Amino acid sequence: MHELRLQGIAKDYGRVTAVTDVDLAVPAGKLVCFLGPSGCGKTTLLRIIAGLESPTKGQLLLDGRDVTPVPTHQRNFGMVFQSLALFDHLTVGENIAYALRIRGADKAAQRKRAEELLAMVQLPGVADRHVSQLSGGQRQRVAIARALAIDPSLFLLDEPLSALDAKLREAMQIELRQLQQRLGVTTILVTHDQREAMTMADVIVVMGQGRIQQAGAPLEIYRRPANAFVADFIGTGNLLPVRVDGAGLRLGDAVLTASEGLDGLKPGAGATLLVRPEEVQLRPAGEAGPNRVAGTVDFVRDVGNSVEVYVDCAGTRLVAAAARKDLPPIAAGQTVTVELPPESCVVLAA
Amino acid sequence: MTAPAMTAAPAAPAPARNAPHGLLARLPALWPAAMLCVFFLIPFVIMVAFSFYHRVEGGLYQPAFELDNYARFWSPLFTRVLGFSLMICGLAAVFCVVAAVPFTWFLSRTRRPAQVAWLVCILSILSLSEVIMGFAWSILLSRSAGLSNLLVTLGILDSPEAWTPSFGALLMGLCFIGFPYSVLMLYPAVNRLDPEITEAARTLGASPLRGFFTVVIPSLRQAILATAILVFVFTLGCYVLPQVLGKPEHWTLSVLITDQAIYQSNIPFAAALAVFLVLVSLALIGLTLLLGQGRRR
Repeated sequence: MHELRLQGIAKDYGRVTAVTDVDLAVPAGKLVCFLGPSGCGKTTLLRIIAGLESPTKGQLLLDGRDVTPVPTHQRNFGMVFQSLALFDHLTVGENIAYALRIRGADKAAQRKRAEELLAMVQLPGVADRHVSQLSGGQRQRVAIARALAIDPSLFLLDEPLSALDAKLREAMQIELRQLQQRLGVTTILVTHDQREAMTMADVIVVMGQGRIQQAGAPLEIYRRPANAFVADFIGTGNLLPVRVDGAGLRLGDAVLTASEGLDGLKPGAGATLLVRPEEVQLRPAGEAGPNRVAGTVDFVRDVGNSVEVYVDCAGTRLVAAAARKDLPPIAAGQTVTVELPPESCVVLAA
Repeated sequence: MTAPAMTAAPAAPAPARNAPHGLLARLPALWPAAMLCVFFLIPFVIMVAFSFYHRVEGGLYQPAFELDNYARFWSPLFTRVLGFSLMICGLAAVFCVVAAVPFTWFLSRTRRPAQVAWLVCILSILSLSEVIMGFAWSILLSRSAGLSNLLVTLGILDSPEAWTPSFGALLMGLCFIGFPYSVLMLYPAVNRLDPEITEAARTLGASPLRGFFTVVIPSLRQAILATAILVFVFTLGCYVLPQVLGKPEHWTLSVLITDQAIYQSNIPFAAALAVFLVLVSLALIGLTLLLGQGRRR
């Protein structure tokens, strides 16, 4: 198992900055996910790690050794590309054994390794087929097998599942994660899908505007996002504009208290309060208590297994989500009281 | 394998949504067919017919059916010229492909405006006729005014040399004509190539050069074969360059056909030679395609 450390990595294209100030440790055997919207620099960062781009500044250390000047073909990092980049002129088996052929392995060894890997990605018996005869999901597995054929020090995946349909993608996420854990290979995954990141990652690195916005365990990032950008990108959240008051945070007429992030706030300053929809409680109208706001139901989205209730609280829209069985019948136009439990309110840095 | 049967089955019963009805609807297919007929098939049939005619001394011919014209091939002169023509045009095709594949590859990697500028330059070469190209090169390669004078100035040569007429000059001329066509033929295929496949090869341990030969070239196999055939056929039809840049022993079959048709006024024999050249070219192209198919799985 290998660990990777990024130190002060930056990449400029002329005057455009793609990534800047990236300091990150990728622990041995873990799956780290670069998550962010398109154009945030996550793919550029992965390509720098693969050696396909050279950084303008900074160093890559693999087990403490500087690999920044090592060319791609000597790094031994397996990579799955977004387009999969399978070689159409070769069979499935030849695709997987390509790296072995380059290293001069004999035909029998190539064949044996290809079949081993196909069994590992649960696609046995297709070694002699042509790549064009495979379905999207099968091509995906071949690309994964080909990247793993070199026993990579690092396994790099650039949005590998984006071409698959939703159902297959969900299944592949679990399978790929289990494969990674079984092999114990240090892995970096690039995605813009926060659900995929939450499913697969040990560490999520949220990127925006070419910088790391936050790095941490998935649930930590979900519960305690470092800023509004992260909170908005991970999951759905109620981001409420509040004003710091002597007693707490003022939202319209109501005064709220929060458990996290209150330190260092100046009275009278504006702040953003995050409450996840599943933490928001709906109570009958008029029920008084701390951290409660009166509102009118605006819209009810009932998708069967869960219900989302949109509530208009003096011009601010709040979303409450709950399982259907936990929610009394509710309809648009009804007046309700919304409770925002202090322990689930997080004040975000501006 | 069952795959072909499976793909063929649904195609048969499904009727085309806008199946052509009436003459007007079929025009898009009929028009090219008519053009091919008028400008290619009919002249070719006339030529085939002429190749069996009887020649009358004094530049005339009369309708007949005799194989004398074809029998005349089996002289050492014509078989040698045929062999030489196929050899030099084959060489030109190989050199053009070898030069054009890396050129087009690097071209596709430059920025868009640079690509357009290069392609315009290459297209402009095509506006020159074979005659102009031939005489331009014969001057450039001559002793009195050619490039060797430049080398003398630079101190590489002691005295100017004549490089034409020669085999090398002719081969270079044919490559010069074939190169723009090669680039134009290869450009779409090279441009369509997924740039990630070379990157994938690099992550799998292939150096950029190794990746080029193990991934790029095999992926372009069809386009390379088509380009080689095009250059081969195209240079086989050149009849000015061999006379301008080559010695008489470098004259190709096209030169002999021109000679027979225009200077010897032996139209039936010229026609027979032309028919024979077409058949030999077609046979070679068929063989090349067959070999290309065989290597593909």
